[in-house]
Amino acid sequence: MRAVQWEIVVGLEVHVQLSTCSKIFSGASTAFGAAPNTAACAVDLALPGVLPVLNRGAVERAIRLGLAVGGRIRSPSVFARKNYFYPDLPKGYQISQYELPIVEGGSVAIRSGEVDRVIRLVRAHLEEDAGKSLHEDFHGMTGIDLNRAGTPLLEVVSEPDMRSSAEAVSYARTLHALVRWIGICDGNMQEGSFRCDANVSVRPAGSDRLGTRCEIKNLNSFRFLEKAIDYEAGRQMEVLEDGGKILQQTRLYDPDRNETRAMRSKEDAQDYRYFPDPDLLPLEIGEDWIAQVRRDLPELPQQMRQRLERDHGLSAYDAAALTADREMAQYYEAVVARLPDDPKLCANWVMGEVSAHLNGVGKSFDGCPLSPAQLARLLGRIRDDTLSGRMAKDVFGRMWAQAGDDPVAWKDRKEQAGEDLADRIIESQGLRQVSDEGELEGWIDAVIAANARSVEEFRAGKEKAFNALVGQVMKVARGKANPARVNELLKKKLTG
Amino acid sequence: MPLSLDDVKRVADLARIEVGEEQAHAVLAQLAGVFDLIQEMQAVEAAAVEPLSHAQDVMLRLRPDAVTEADQRQLFQSVAPSVEAGLYLVPRVIE
Amino acid sequence: MLNSSVARLSALLAARKISSVELTSAFLERIRSLNPVLNAFISVDEEASLGQARAADAVIASGEAQPLTGIPIAQKDIFCTRGRLTTCGSRMLSNFVSPYDAHVIERFDAAGAVNIGKTNMDEFAMGSSNETSYFGPVKNPWDVAAVPGGSSGGSACSVAARMAPAATGTDTGGSIRQPAALCGISGLKPTYGMVSRYGMIAFASSLDQGGPMAKTAEDLALMLNVMAGFDARDSTSLQREPEDYARDLEKPLAGLRIGLPKEYFVKEVDRDVARAVEAALGEYRRLGATAVEVSLPATRLSVPVYYVLAPAEASSNLSRFDGVRYGYRAPAYADLDDMYRKTRAQGFGAEVQRRILIGTYVLSQGYYDAYYLQAQRLRRLIAQDFVEAFRQCDLIMGPTSPTVAFDLGERSSDPVQMYLSDAYTIAANLAGLPAMSIPVGFGQGSRPVGLHIIGNYFAEARMLNAAHRYQQATDWHLRVPQACPDGAPGTRE
Repeated sequence: MRAVQWEIVVGLEVHVQLSTCSKIFSGASTAFGAAPNTAACAVDLALPGVLPVLNRGAVERAIRLGLAVGGRIRSPSVFARKNYFYPDLPKGYQISQYELPIVEGGSVAIRSGEVDRVIRLVRAHLEEDAGKSLHEDFHGMTGIDLNRAGTPLLEVVSEPDMRSSAEAVSYARTLHALVRWIGICDGNMQEGSFRCDANVSVRPAGSDRLGTRCEIKNLNSFRFLEKAIDYEAGRQMEVLEDGGKILQQTRLYDPDRNETRAMRSKEDAQDYRYFPDPDLLPLEIGEDWIAQVRRDLPELPQQMRQRLERDHGLSAYDAAALTADREMAQYYEAVVARLPDDPKLCANWVMGEVSAHLNGVGKSFDGCPLSPAQLARLLGRIRDDTLSGRMAKDVFGRMWAQAGDDPVAWKDRKEQAGEDLADRIIESQGLRQVSDEGELEGWIDAVIAANARSVEEFRAGKEKAFNALVGQVMKVARGKANPARVNELLKKKLTG
Repeated sequence: MPLSLDDVKRVADLARIEVGEEQAHAVLAQLAGVFDLIQEMQAVEAAAVEPLSHAQDVMLRLRPDAVTEADQRQLFQSVAPSVEAGLYLVPRVIE
Repeated sequence: MLNSSVARLSALLAARKISSVELTSAFLERIRSLNPVLNAFISVDEEASLGQARAADAVIASGEAQPLTGIPIAQKDIFCTRGRLTTCGSRMLSNFVSPYDAHVIERFDAAGAVNIGKTNMDEFAMGSSNETSYFGPVKNPWDVAAVPGGSSGGSACSVAARMAPAATGTDTGGSIRQPAALCGISGLKPTYGMVSRYGMIAFASSLDQGGPMAKTAEDLALMLNVMAGFDARDSTSLQREPEDYARDLEKPLAGLRIGLPKEYFVKEVDRDVARAVEAALGEYRRLGATAVEVSLPATRLSVPVYYVLAPAEASSNLSRFDGVRYGYRAPAYADLDDMYRKTRAQGFGAEVQRRILIGTYVLSQGYYDAYYLQAQRLRRLIAQDFVEAFRQCDLIMGPTSPTVAFDLGERSSDPVQMYLSDAYTIAANLAGLPAMSIPVGFGQGSRPVGLHIIGNYFAEARMLNAAHRYQQATDWHLRVPQACPDGAPGTRE
């Protein structure tokens, strides 16, 4: 154990790549994966004489986030130039927002373990991304690809409100879900659409002064975020326990060695000479625009979570899980709309069978081959006793196999198409469960006759023996017997 | 605050312009004259005046989010000092 | 033909008295004979010009001609021109063939004008004498020992020496008006935001403005009709109804109130310049104008404010010249940083480097507030003075430059002296106001003197009206430099 009780303090700066089709200041495409420099136009390349023109779509997405986190939309906000030389920065400056960002304040509610916490935001500002340096060997040279240059980013800066790597991850995950939920970012971390910089410091527990912080750059997975913070906090504790001092610096996380190291470039000594960009005028956002964006904003995950608990009677866990992903939540809502009496059944199937099948083929809910209507019909057959739960899973598997051949996702199909798929399978496969008393009694009598020992055991008080008998009935019935009815009749016969 | 030789070197470094030791003295002498001229500004009390970035009191116009630019790599790279495999080449970058 | 105004040439072309090919050939020949001495052009592409002339003749023949169809225009080498060398007067771009056209170039192409060549200029438009060009200084056609002014010195020289009937320029602190004055021609810097800056290589973005240079105010109006107009690619381009800047040319001047800033007639103005300006103001009174004294107290701060703001913006605007994607790259270097440093030390001339250093300094940590922010505050005071003054008058007049053209080399080693050449022109850029210069006589050494006319925002038509009426009553604008008498070389037939 450590001699001193340390507290970890973390603030995150998250670069959210906005899902516009064109760049923030030019009409070049933002599509990922184009051949090098084929999506870099004259403006992105900073040819002499070219000028930036701001993309309305980027501004609207920033407003959307600002409203979703309850921040203030500043008007006017101002674009500034951050000056430094780097080969992936064609103009020699990055257009960003400095003193007057588009979003100020706001907060994100997180749940870390069993604890609810509110992480306050400082600001969110619009800026352009830089290009990419490729360090493969070009005769000792570095290759520069400027396709990414000018891609719109919203940098979301939190207060240093997190007290552990787990809280930091929880915040990052919540923000990640939120930006996808409100449709401003595709959230693809492999492609760099959601990148975190973590500001980490430590202080003796109980202290209210912040320690010197280090910034860990470019963490592009939640796992690396967690490990980098843990490593860095541990490093700082050791330095301090050895009587050393923490130097404020920018560090890189090396996932192979699971350690952070100071960057070699002199970035810390930089003097960015920010000043308002004279090529761009102040950005004014009218109240009417803000009101319009507010109207178009979907119900937010936090609100929906509360509604599912309150109106659908779902557990906090189920409500949280369903609202972690907007597509899943929408799918669930579409199912439950057709089966309003049993939200719990709908939730279980959406989070269970459907989710598992989608994971298996790497698809999202929007790409699900089975429509909510088709699922609702199947679940209806459980409700009306046509199918047992187990039979329903069997039918679902067959539905998936059939619909899986259809390359068109449910969202893109006519809503009603093939809604009776479950019924057709039930009919053609003769999968209807048997609830008829006479038929059931036939099977039960036969099982009682053939399992005298189990019957004796049950009568002697062994509950387990009852389950064995039910199992035997189901076997004899080849799975088609209504298990609830079997239970009921068997109990009556044995005890009656 | 008179300009020093260190200022000249610091600024030349920020601006990525090579200025030799001897040259730095000459540059200092010239810049000193310019800064004497600029100093006239300091005598004016203007703290209460709102800074003016643009002469026109106009707000920013926005562009619709649409792709309007096609690939012109070949043309653009025809004027580049060094390219290979569609990439601009520079001396090795160390992070 | 070479001495004719654009308006006259336009009429001759329309009447088929001459063809664009003939006209273009005549000016090309004139360039061939005079440019070796005057150095007004950095590049001329005779074949391309003649191709445009032939196309213009076809358009004229089809009856679709616009006023500038077939008229040769000299283009300042700051405007990107697709497929043609665009150097901005710098070694940094000495090999740069632009892959695209500036908005201004597109407008002239659409109007059917002929690009007669790209004119010499101070490097990146930083200079008042044209001595900072990588391609050597331009000479003043009135006296080849004198500078033509700058930075649009090549354009001014080309018009004065009858190598082009009109030219484009750009003006950040006086770069159209001062060379126009020193070369005895007319030049106009429009209201900031009227002419798109797209493709106009940036010096100081909040001050730069393109504009026309020609012999007469009427020609300036015809040129401005082509150059001005909204461009979605420039965020500072103003959305306004198109107007005909020639519409008010003939209006009488009776009742025109001319503001004379008391600060402009101070000891810094040379006596010969003051005399010519006084005489011009006398002419205006005869034309029916009245003079009122106005005060622009903050204008005395223009030069220091300008030499903070313009270099600050320039230091950032010129960061893109790093030898990576286009332009000059030093032949030998140790590593990336060394490549940047050597490329920029070798690619930029001394004046450009000086301004980058000044600009970097005033933006750097610890100095931003005292310099950059203070300059922006004073910029507002300077602009407010004009608002006040224009309550009392319609136009403000004074000398364009405190002196006539100075000798080559006279000020090149003293930046401060050079910077003071623009003392009267800078304020209009800081305030974003339209301003122009017209020739009003001669001073020492028979070198031309220019009258500076500043108008309120969007008052271009009124200014051109005042200039035109003056030119109807006088003949200074018709004088031809002795170094290139009467234009005979171009009309051998």
